[in-house]
Amino acid sequence: MHFNPAPMHLPDGFLSTLVSLGLWAVSIVAVGFSLRRVGRELNQRQVPLMGVLAAAVFAGQMINFAVAGGTSGHLLGAALATILVGPWAAVVVMTTVVSIQALVFQDGGLLALGANLFNMAIIGTSVAYFVYTSIRKLAGEKSWGLFLGGVAAAWASIVAAALACALELAVSGTSPANIAVPAMGGIHMLIGAGEALITFGALAFLYAARRDLFRRDSKAASPGAPVYLFGLGVALLLAVLSPIASTHPDGLEWVAEQKGFIEAARAPVYRLIPDYIFPGISNEALATVVAGIVGTLLVLAAAMGVAYLQRTKAETS
Amino acid sequence: MHHSIDVRHLSFSYPDGHPALEDVSFRIAPGEKVALVGPNGAGKSTLLLHLNGILSGQGELIICGHTLSEATLGPIRAAVGMVFQDPDDQLFSPTVLEDVAFGPIYMGLSESQIRLRVTTALGSVGMSGQESRVSHHLSNGEKKRVAIASVLAMQPEVLVLDEPTAGLDPRGRRNLIRLLRDLPQTMLVSSHDLQMVAELLPRTILLDRGRVFADGSTAALLADPDLLEAHGLEAL
Amino acid sequence: MHVHYLDPHRSLESPVHALDGRVKFILTVAFILTASLTPYAAWPVYILLLATIMSVEILSRLGIGYVQRRASLALPFVLAALPLVFSLEGTNLFTMRLGSWTATASLEGLEHFFSVGLKSWLSIQAGIVLTSSTSFPDLLQAMRAVRLPRLLVAMFGLMWRYLFVLADEAVRLIRARAARSGRPAPSAGGAGPRPMPRLAWRAAVAGGMAGNLFLRAFDRSDRIYGAMLSRGYDGEVRSLPNSPLSLSGWLSLAGGLALLAFLLGLGALFGS
Repeated sequence: MHFNPAPMHLPDGFLSTLVSLGLWAVSIVAVGFSLRRVGRELNQRQVPLMGVLAAAVFAGQMINFAVAGGTSGHLLGAALATILVGPWAAVVVMTTVVSIQALVFQDGGLLALGANLFNMAIIGTSVAYFVYTSIRKLAGEKSWGLFLGGVAAAWASIVAAALACALELAVSGTSPANIAVPAMGGIHMLIGAGEALITFGALAFLYAARRDLFRRDSKAASPGAPVYLFGLGVALLLAVLSPIASTHPDGLEWVAEQKGFIEAARAPVYRLIPDYIFPGISNEALATVVAGIVGTLLVLAAAMGVAYLQRTKAETS
Repeated sequence: MHHSIDVRHLSFSYPDGHPALEDVSFRIAPGEKVALVGPNGAGKSTLLLHLNGILSGQGELIICGHTLSEATLGPIRAAVGMVFQDPDDQLFSPTVLEDVAFGPIYMGLSESQIRLRVTTALGSVGMSGQESRVSHHLSNGEKKRVAIASVLAMQPEVLVLDEPTAGLDPRGRRNLIRLLRDLPQTMLVSSHDLQMVAELLPRTILLDRGRVFADGSTAALLADPDLLEAHGLEAL
Repeated sequence: MHVHYLDPHRSLESPVHALDGRVKFILTVAFILTASLTPYAAWPVYILLLATIMSVEILSRLGIGYVQRRASLALPFVLAALPLVFSLEGTNLFTMRLGSWTATASLEGLEHFFSVGLKSWLSIQAGIVLTSSTSFPDLLQAMRAVRLPRLLVAMFGLMWRYLFVLADEAVRLIRARAARSGRPAPSAGGAGPRPMPRLAWRAAVAGGMAGNLFLRAFDRSDRIYGAMLSRGYDGEVRSLPNSPLSLSGWLSLAGGLALLAFLLGLGALFGS
């Protein structure tokens, strides 16, 4: 029994061996690099801090809140960890969390662990760092930067991780891209909202209790620069690849038009969208992404509608 | 012959300016068993953290012949066995063996020496054979004993304990008192448990608001209910 | 009030439990790799792999039922691969009509889907057997043996150790919230039960609890650091050296790897 039903921990068997091992290689390099960076800036107290924080992230994932009907929102924690201990330590923390989840609780496969680490511990934290740092820079000294940055970073980290996951499934040939990308992207835009809300609550609590945790260290050369750039790069890459992938059912390597279900699914949505928006991105791609977003909004609206109905029913009974 | 603990005019304030200790001085001779009592917030835990250099304030500390400084932290931490209030803070390794071996490992001993120290230390606290047990499966009393063992394995000259009987049920408490009675080391024990103090520790230092208000025979202190009440304590 | 059920280790007497953790760890990874490399639709190999893992389940006295119960929690994810049935081109099997949508299932798609499901199922079972029959400290030792970075293994150890402590605290926070979530029953002529508080408020409460946990983590790590310093911690991660692997351990390792290599070869024969 485990407390993290987030549909982002891939079990074994879903990714091709090639993709799994490739992502293992990437993750080993990235995590190794982070360990060395943490080791260098150590501050001896980082060791117990990272370990216990990993436990806190895991325990934090047990805390949920009712959204609507039977669903509940809860935390992944990559953004919060990044904000509290910086990007390098956050990578180590999330690596620990995701690894233990896979190893001890079978939440995610062992072969797929490389991919899961890449999505959640590396993409999740770097995108969070990129978004958070950017917004805080914009806000300067004002405190709203912390909260808006945290909320945006939390949402972005979930969506980015989910999109990467979907693309990996597509490249592996397990799930057609034009279903996986909008589906996982759409669902996680909703889940990301939950993450953003909880992160906001946590930041508010911590800001009130221990403002010193958020003191900005203005060092000459930002030690997180590589992470920032990586996060920026990943965000751009996903923003470009996802709409394109959404039109290709068999992955990114070739265009194959599939009769039947796929074509039929695209057609009705296609008619709703005007003829061109962006040069270079096909209309169909845009349509599929929009479909994903619209679908998400519909689900959100339905959930809120149900919650509203429940409330008014309670009021009038 | 040196004193085990020689504190001279120790003062300390927290980063936010709040003064925690003011001009604290006392000496503890080898073999003495001393209690540190006082109300909550008196600064007892803060004082204890100075004895092995985790906190550093103004004044001079000479521990087991070493004057406390950056350079002497190593030998001092080997000589002072600090047992904290919450054993969960102290048992941070996956198994009992690894926790008790931690100190000897960092002292640079050989593997056989380390294993011998572990066996001996666990024997002293009545936890022989429990090496492979996992920390979160231990009862509170067992955890406290392993915490003491983890410190005994370093063969310290002085034992400093912060609230050792807190959170123990009567049987656990009785076992712990028996254990402390049998240990030969010099001892400084911070506690609210005046009954244990009366049984075990012939000398008492009374700390309140960061200052020493009394330092002498336990019996004399416990016979002075006005003094006790003035400092938030109750007579037995 | 300990969240002990989070610890999957079941202490039993069996040849599998007695086997060195390092051997089990390596064999588990090798097994999962073998399942992953087995080509789609190589059914005889999948059956042999299934037979292997189920024999181990019986041998370990955990029992097939126990393992399957735990595996069933992780398997619904397999449904995510369902679109494969309809998206792969090949021999058409049947067609479904849903309103204006037509879905054509192909044989290849069905084979693909079942293969993915089998790979997942096999891997999950292997993971369950490993963690149920091996204590976590032994798993850590195995990780050290395969040369995982010492800092990372130390992280795993700390997280696992404090997992239970913090999960306890989280449960207490959840119970405290539940205890304060009472809603009075509707009174005779009264206004009825109060509506559920707003979503934003609920999220803020949950966030506050998470923040509380994180704060406790910070404070606790400070105290742990003090305890580590008191016992001579100097920033480097050190541990006792591993004992050498016994002969029977080596033999078990070799035997297991040989079996898996054979199954892998068999899979290559069926390769599609």
